[in-house]
Amino acid sequence: IGENIQLLVDRPDGTYCFRLHRDRVYYLSEKLLKLAASVPRESLVAPGTCFGKFTKSQKFRLSVTALDFLAPYAKYKVWVKPGSEQSFLYGNHVLKSGLGRITESTAQYQGVVVYSMADVPLGFGVAAKSTQECRKVDPLAIVVFHQADVGEYVRNEDTLT
Amino acid sequence: LEYALGNLLAVDRNPPPAAALRGAGPRREALLRALARDNTQLLVSRLWELPAERAGGAGGPLVAQLPEPTFRLPREKPAPKPRPPTRWEQFARLKGIRRKKKTSLVWDEQAKERRRGPDPEEDQFARLRREKRERVARNELNRLRNLARAHRAGSAVPAAPLHPTGHQDRDELRRVARVARVSTASLGRFQPRLPKEPAEPPSRSGGKKRRFQPLLGNLAAERSRQLELLRDMGSKKPVLDITRAVNKQLRQEEAEAAAANKGKKQSKRGKRGRRQQRPGRSGKKSGARRPPQQQKPAGGGSGG
Repeated sequence: IGENIQLLVDRPDGTYCFRLHRDRVYYLSEKLLKLAASVPRESLVAPGTCFGKFTKSQKFRLSVTALDFLAPYAKYKVWVKPGSEQSFLYGNHVLKSGLGRITESTAQYQGVVVYSMADVPLGFGVAAKSTQECRKVDPLAIVVFHQADVGEYVRNEDTLT
Repeated sequence: LEYALGNLLAVDRNPPPAAALRGAGPRREALLRALARDNTQLLVSRLWELPAERAGGAGGPLVAQLPEPTFRLPREKPAPKPRPPTRWEQFARLKGIRRKKKTSLVWDEQAKERRRGPDPEEDQFARLRREKRERVARNELNRLRNLARAHRAGSAVPAAPLHPTGHQDRDELRRVARVARVSTASLGRFQPRLPKEPAEPPSRSGGKKRRFQPLLGNLAAERSRQLELLRDMGSKKPVLDITRAVNKQLRQEEAEAAAANKGKKQSKRGKRGRRQQRPGRSGKKSGARRPPQQQKPAGGGSGG
């Protein structure tokens, strides 16, 4: 979402902040933070909304539970045709044949938000090809790598925080 | 009535009259009470007959001297049961081992018999002196070994530069100042800082462990810090100034080379070495020097 992140920090309706709890990053309001501080650390499950987690090698991995917060501020969007929408929701990458629209000047390996044709946010992805290249490749090439999708709410119900 | 005045006790062994034993309520109560009162009166009169004296001078209370108590009080708790023999006791009984004390006799080689105590032929004073010397030497050795072990494990600063000379550089002085601050009785915790010294807690692990900001501390400051960070991340200007970094690195390399050359033989050898060194020295950072050098020889080559 680029420099729109400061809109997440700098909200008019209260102070929100990011907190690290057991190598997951949570986004919560100040009021909630103060409440969460009174819970012992071992028994606290999740303060606020989980945005992502740090893996074993300290790489940050964005989680689908951040979708509601990040989708409105997305700068680079990808629209997916109805036919391959379900395929994306099952965790597959998006092929050129399923690509509907894509924002202009998307760089390669840029983080994007995946929408359905009805402008419903479906999840996150990484652009495998820039916008110019997307026009030239053959229909079975991958254009968006899958990162997170709303189908995970059903698939990984017990591991999602 | 049997009196045990040492225990302040009077025992009436006669059974109470039959009328007192039978069931009638208040009458029985009155009879028993009369009996008790009579017995108590007898006991008290006996106590008054004891030799008494005033305790604490003329004004104190009258204290009777009781005879030694004769009556044995019954046990409060049951008698201890004999504990089972321990493993050693069983073994000893099995083997027939009895407890016999060993005599502290020492075998004397010369006279071929046993004697008590130290050797009469040997100089005791010399022996004491020699043993003391040996002990001192062993202690000294252990002390040095401990010191070496502690030193090996990581020393903050060598003990030499504790007095400021004029030839110390900034880092050394800073290190020595830190050591001086920490060497108080409370390890520098309550030491007032100098005007320009930054306030920082001493980290025992030398800055290796990751330290986090407090959870709830000053949310407004955190917010402004985060916004600044995001702004820096979003701006296109790189944080590291490449040319300045390169120049600094070059200066450092030149200083190192000069110091190394000073140690070796100087003048001719040095000049030759330096002339050979310059075109050969192509580190990553001196790549920035190349473009201006390339143009000049090209101009010189075409002209000459």
